[in-house]
Amino acid sequence: MSKTLFDKVWDAHVVHTIENGPQILYIDKHLIHEVTSPQAFKELELREVPLFRPEQVVATADHNTPTKNQHLPIKDELSRKQLTQLSENCEKNGIQLYELGHKYNGIVHVMAPELGITQPGMSIVCGDSHTSTHGAFGTIAFGIGTSQVAQVFASQCLLLTKPKSMRISVNGKLRKGVLPKDVILYIISKIGTNAGTGYFCEYAGDVFENMSMEGRMTVCNMSIEMGARGGMIAPDQTTFDYVKGRKFAPKGDEWESKLEYWKSLTTDATAEFDKEYVFEADDIEPMITFGTNPGMGIKVSEYIPNRDDASFEKSLKYMDFEKGESLIHKPINYVFIGSCTNSRIEDFRVAAEFVKGKKKAENVIAWLVPGSKQVEQQIEAEGLKAIFTEAGFELRQPGCSACLAMNDDKIPAGEYCVSTSNRNFEGRQGQGSRTLLASPLLAAATAIEGKIVDITKHLN
Amino acid sequence: MEKFISLSSTAVPLPQENIDTDQIIPARFLKATSREGFGENLFRDWRYHKDGRLNEDFVLNDNRYAGEVLIAGHNFGCGSSREHAAWALSDYGFKVIVSSFFADIFKGNALNNGVLPVQVSPAFLDTLLNTVQKQPETKIEVNLEDQYIKVESSGDKAHFEIDSYKKTCLMNGYDDIDFLLSKRAEIKLFEKQQELARVSD
Ligand code: SF4
Repeated sequence: MSKTLFDKVWDAHVVHTIENGPQILYIDKHLIHEVTSPQAFKELELREVPLFRPEQVVATADHNTPTKNQHLPIKDELSRKQLTQLSENCEKNGIQLYELGHKYNGIVHVMAPELGITQPGMSIVCGDSHTSTHGAFGTIAFGIGTSQVAQVFASQCLLLTKPKSMRISVNGKLRKGVLPKDVILYIISKIGTNAGTGYFCEYAGDVFENMSMEGRMTVCNMSIEMGARGGMIAPDQTTFDYVKGRKFAPKGDEWESKLEYWKSLTTDATAEFDKEYVFEADDIEPMITFGTNPGMGIKVSEYIPNRDDASFEKSLKYMDFEKGESLIHKPINYVFIGSCTNSRIEDFRVAAEFVKGKKKAENVIAWLVPGSKQVEQQIEAEGLKAIFTEAGFELRQPGCSACLAMNDDKIPAGEYCVSTSNRNFEGRQGQGSRTLLASPLLAAATAIEGKIVDITKHLN
Repeated sequence: MEKFISLSSTAVPLPQENIDTDQIIPARFLKATSREGFGENLFRDWRYHKDGRLNEDFVLNDNRYAGEVLIAGHNFGCGSSREHAAWALSDYGFKVIVSSFFADIFKGNALNNGVLPVQVSPAFLDTLLNTVQKQPETKIEVNLEDQYIKVESSGDKAHFEIDSYKKTCLMNGYDDIDFLLSKRAEIKLFEKQQELARVSD
């Protein structure tokens, strides 16, 4: 029977199928962080159940960590407690932890691929919805709740009903200035924030085939924003080249045999999907969001649409925008380049290329937050740090930072922030803050101009 | 986990669509390391003004409405996977959430905490919302065993779907960990087979 990429990876992990019920799915790698794990550790202790496979769990501290003076003790007492507890739990249970300050520390979805922990054909979970990021490697990767974190601790398995499959194809060649972030914002603006609910999505077509691994991670990262549990891209030479030689990547004979298997992970020509969408690359332009969910996006040159429904109006009211309005020339005081969507080296390269030799506008506070220690170092090594500093941008230390504003990196109430993160929900970047999602290029340009610009005109 | 078989309660209407888990429980309240006490901060930024005053316009502060059933707009629970959202709803006292659509992860989290997500048609959701808004004292009956939800005064009734495995769990107060632990031998066998497959490559 012909199978999709998703079927192949899923079926290879099924331990048991309950009649008329869910399946037991084996989990290869379990990533954890400080916010969604403490209650799961407690649950296990309460039941007096030991961790089943601690060597398959990897931990990092990211959500709650400061992005300044990471060498000093953390000021916020509750945050400090959460981090101490993570360290204690990892120590007690024999889990590898890349804690704050460690050379491999970083946002879980940035550091795991970087270390070669993420590999094609795996099943990966984490108590974080953007675990979908790892799907860029042809991996089944999805976010889970804390009860499920406890289940994986106890059994290295989860009880799940197999999701339906969908495919999104984007064919043709992207225009100048259109980045992977624009591609995914465009898709979500077209199909909506719940088109993917109940589905696992495969991205296919020229655009994804020609995309770098980092771009693919940006796309898969936001699969959850259209409701899909995860997104996947078939592994190919780009994937293999990326994984090869990384710290935890297979070596020698093991590499050869894995490679052979990975090459088989493509959707069979006759396989069928439950749902399909097809788009043309040529139709995609730099995007920006104007509302309070990631589906409320437009091409930066377009006008805010006219829609008569209460939720839409509530959202515009929160953002203080009008129907039919253009966002071009809107003054912006905050710019955030970071988060597991766009905090990898290519993102900073794109931004630096635009920023080089320019100065940020006076009204703007521009935060650059690398996704990991390794990215931070690379920024320095490639000379990007100097470019940013001269332009007046503030380069901070790695972490989730203003993406969810759990630490001190908050956007003040009422202020707009052009952000490369993935969620523009009410108050996501701080109580009362207003988020406009965009690519690192558009974010960098906003910082320079102090307002939103039509980046395509700028580039030509 | 507490058993759930059926309940009859008044309800709280919250017709807003796309209620994300950041609204249900904002990130700044996720620093706790236990499961208790999240109810206090449920819908925090809708319940209170920025200066800490109660927002009289928000439904949870409207003393006409109370009960164990929350009736919410389309696509409830989207966004972050934080189970704290389910804990907050449960801690506040909600046992059933009704909507015309639920986000995947939230649905799973709710079920794992004994909170029943009841998905109904958009038309039936409208009926429920209208009835409850007009007559806050209306009782809603939710019966898990026979899988229906009913407006007691009018008799309006709708069937809802639930995975039969999950239904058994809820009705008996079991959770997935118990089940998975009972399958450890099979899981170990699976691991062995994987190992063998690798060696014979
Ligand atoms: S960067 Fe933002 S979206 Fe990504 S893991 Fe951290 S908080 Fe979640």
